[in-house]
Order: sequence, then C-alpha cells, then structure tokens
Amino acid sequence: MPADITLEVPVAAPIRTGTSAIWTGGLVAGALWLAAASVTRFWPDQVDWERTDLLSLFEAGLGVVLLAAASPGLGRLTARARPIGPWLAVLPVLLSLWEIVTAKLGLLPLPFFVPPQALLETYTDDYPRLGESVWRSLALLAPGYLIGAAIAFVVGVTLGWSKRASYWGHPVLRFVGPLPPTAWLPLAFFFFPSSWSASTFLIALASGFPVAVLTASGISSVNSAYYDIARTLGASERFLVLRVAVPAAMPSVFVGLFMGLGSSFAVLIIAEMMGVKAGLGWYLQWAQGWAAYSNMYAALLLMAVLFSSIISALFLLRDHLLAWQKELVRW
Amino acid sequence: MVALADAVAAATPGMALDLHEVSHHFDLKGTILPVLNRISFSVKPGEFVALLGPSGCGKSTLLRLAAGLDRPRSGRLNADGIPVGAPDPSRILVFQDPTLYPWRTVWDNVALGLQARGLLRQGRSRVDEALQLVGLTRFADAYPNQLSGGMAQRAALARALVNEPRLLLLDEPLGKLDSLTRLTMQGELVALWQRAGFTALLVTHDIEEALLLASRVLVFSDRPARIVAEIANDRPYPRHRDDPEIVQLRRTVLDELGMAASW
Repeated sequence: MPADITLEVPVAAPIRTGTSAIWTGGLVAGALWLAAASVTRFWPDQVDWERTDLLSLFEAGLGVVLLAAASPGLGRLTARARPIGPWLAVLPVLLSLWEIVTAKLGLLPLPFFVPPQALLETYTDDYPRLGESVWRSLALLAPGYLIGAAIAFVVGVTLGWSKRASYWGHPVLRFVGPLPPTAWLPLAFFFFPSSWSASTFLIALASGFPVAVLTASGISSVNSAYYDIARTLGASERFLVLRVAVPAAMPSVFVGLFMGLGSSFAVLIIAEMMGVKAGLGWYLQWAQGWAAYSNMYAALLLMAVLFSSIISALFLLRDHLLAWQKELVRW
Repeated sequence: MVALADAVAAATPGMALDLHEVSHHFDLKGTILPVLNRISFSVKPGEFVALLGPSGCGKSTLLRLAAGLDRPRSGRLNADGIPVGAPDPSRILVFQDPTLYPWRTVWDNVALGLQARGLLRQGRSRVDEALQLVGLTRFADAYPNQLSGGMAQRAALARALVNEPRLLLLDEPLGKLDSLTRLTMQGELVALWQRAGFTALLVTHDIEEALLLASRVLVFSDRPARIVAEIANDRPYPRHRDDPEIVQLRRTVLDELGMAASW
C-alpha cells in the first residue's frame, strides 16, 4: 500500500576492499620495530641497564608479529589493525629516539631522565607493589564514583522535573558545586572515621556535581511535545519521568558521567597522596621519596593506560545504550 | 467498501464533539493575544471535519483544547456531552511533526499508549496490527532517524490508531511531506477513517486537502479565529482533485477567504 517503501530498499553490506592484499603498513611497521630492536641490542649503553636485552627482545617480537600479520593470507584477521598502521610505524621511531638520547648517548641528566628499559625494569621487578596499587586505586575509585553518580542522577532528575525542587535545590548546587572537591579534603579527613570513607565521600562529590547539573539540564530541556504525546496517550506522571524524561536526557547524563569521571580521577590521586597510603597516587609519592624516577614514570604510564581504559569503557557503554543516536544505518 | 466500513465502525463508534462559544487567548509577557473568538460548532460521531484557515489563526490551539492539553478561557467544550477535562486516550492528537521518541524503535513507539496504560502485555498483537495497517511491518525494529518523513508520519498515525481513538485530532499531519507522499497519505487517511469509524477533526491550510478528505469544511478567519463559512461536501470517496464539483467547491472556499481574485 505505501508507495515509498518500495523506493527505499536497504543498501547492501559494505564492500570489503584489500583484505587479501599484502598489508604494506604492517610490513613497514614490522621493519621499523626490528630496526629499533637492533639499535637497542647492538649500540652499547653509556651506563649498564639491566633490561636492555629484554627491551630489544620485546621490540623484535613485535616486529616479527607485524611482519607475519602483513602476509596476504591474514587479511581478514588484521583488518581491524590496519587503521592504526601509521601509529605502529611511528612508535618504534619515537621509542628509539628516546632510547638514543638517554641510554645510548647519555645526553639527558640522570637520574631524572631514564631510558625505556628502566621503566621495563620497574614493571618486571616491582609488579607486586604496582599491581597492589592499581587494585587499591580501583577499589577506592569505584564505590565513590558509583555512589556519587547514582545519588547525583536522582538529584538531577528531581531538580530537572520538579519546579519546587529546582527553586530550592538549584541555588544550593550553584553555590556549593564550584568548590573544588579537594578543598573539602582537610575537613573530610577530620570528620570521617577513616581515610577510606573520607576519600569515598570526596570522590562521590567530584563525580556527583557534573552528573547532577547535566542530568537536571537534560531533563528540563526535553522537547515538551514528547510530554504532550505521552499525556494524550494516557501516561501517568511516573511514566512521564521514567519513560520520557529520563531516556530523552540520557545523552546529557553521559556527558556528566564523563566529566565526573575526570574530576574523580583527580580527587582519587590527591586523596591517595594526602592520607590513604595506598594506590597509584601513594606509589608516586613513595617513589618520589626514594628519588626513584623510573618508578614514577612507570606509574604515570600505568595510570594513563588505566584511566583512559576506564573512559573508553564508559564510551562503549554509551554507544551501546544510545545506539539510536548514531546514524549508522540509513534506508 | 463503505458497507464494510460501517460494519467495523460499530466496534469503535466515533465521538460527538460540541463547542459552544469557545474563546481562548495567550498571555505573552503581559500583552494578551486573542486566538479564538467565540467558536461554536458540532461534530457528529464518525464525521470527518476539516478546519481550514490561514496559518497561525488558532486552529491548532483549538485541537489542543479538544485533546484536553489546554483549557479554554471561556465557553464550553463537550465530548459526548461531557466537558473535556484532562487528556484521554479516546481523543488523540497527531502533530505536524511525527515527534516519535528517537530512543525507541518504531514498534516501541507505536506501543507507547498501551504501555503507558499497562495494557501492553495483552495488546502486543494490536501493535503489530497497527503497524500492518500503515504498512510499516518491515520497519518495526528501525529507529525513527532511519525513517523517511512519510514513514515517520505513518508511524505516528499507527501510534495513535493502536489506542482505538474515538476522536482523532489531526494537526496538519501531512504538512511537511513531499507532494507525492502527501497524495498517497491523503488516500490512506480516508481509508483508515472509513475502516475504523472514528470522528476526525483535521486542521489544514491546504484547500484541496480539506475538500478531498472531509465531509464538512469549516473556514476560519484570521486571528482571532471565528468561523466565516461552512461547506458541506457529500462527494463519494475516493475523490479526485479534478472532479468538477470539487473544483467548484474550491472556488467557493477561495471566495470565502477573499482570495478569488488572485486565483
């Protein structure tokens, strides 16, 4: 019956190109990793570093894997790695530059500037302490962040929905919210029975403020026609909040969750440095006490990997829940 | 076809609508903007009435009043003899924009009314039927941003029809569609009305559309709106735009709107 359906046929699956040819990018990257491995292995160090051979082994291993992956038969397997080919080729160059100015030429003063193998040594020799620190950081971050985000979500929905709640709540939020959560730190450590509960409170505060503000603004900016539709169809107030306002506000809520995550990382590290005596923040300070610069770099690198993975996970969750926002498929 | 429509009509009888001296105005930062000026008319159960007038004359406001989304400032507005209070699923408004919920699939959008009233568990087949009625069965799992304008408006119609409304309030539902889709949908709208037996109140500023669809056309003046003419149209369906009687009626309407010279 409807005319335009016949006109709008779904498009065919995307055409695969080049998966059977040799992956040139992989070939180049593999060769460069092998070159980096020989620089590390055969150019003598200024000072003897423990893990130079391990580093070169690691670089050579990666080079061999990439060369193997570049072979024509594995096109389907490596299709996902292809877009990062240029990065895989640039990384060994940068790593070698770092290696040359530190270990090989000794251009930068020790102990402040360490070569890559010093970081590697930290990971191979100090992994129990580092692993423990990662675990303690996560155990402190997760409850604080989740409690803060959950409470703030409820607060935000209430502020965004109810005029009276907004009248009393918004000025408070606007007055107290801009205080950096770390400013509460001295008081929190005084009032709370343990440094763990004090830090959890601060992290909850840090994640809560952006979540509350963005949830409230998301709820209050929902297209009023959405409510008209639901009301004419017989929706209750509860339905309007849970099935109309909240889903419509979710994109905004996720912006708040993302911003809250960033500021809760900051509070986590400071809390660990100030009083918790565990976790990656504490590890950094402990390493500083021993002037163990390679440990500090190693901890920073680990922190970067950890935190960016957590944020990536949040974005994956968002893409999954808000698939309707993306216009991946169009008829 | 008409006999069949009558048989089904008995299942969901249309609703009678009576307006008596209905006036309405908006408060815009202290200044009062009158939009409706003592409007009185009646719509019989199962009738298809078009409200025709210049854009911005207050026709849409009238539909919001009939839906119960707003209250008139003065006058009486009765549905089946009972004053219209809160919105009710027996009177459903279809907007110019489909306003589907972008986070719900087409199926879930159509199911909205049943879900809101807790009837979805028993009514799942009704959702499927409504989708079939508007020809969107294949697109049940699509999201609104994947639909064309015509398909989205069909989904909005299905979302209304699944509740078996007794009064369907149509606020320029075809206003934003391209002309070909519009022609198709005009035919579909008449067929749906004949099949389901609801009362239809259509707001439009398209004279031809009013004459092709409605059994009675009420011509509105500029704001504040009052009724300047009432034109009965008993041509049988399906109607054709080049039917001489339709052409004659169009001339009459243009006369009433003071546009005869410019035609």
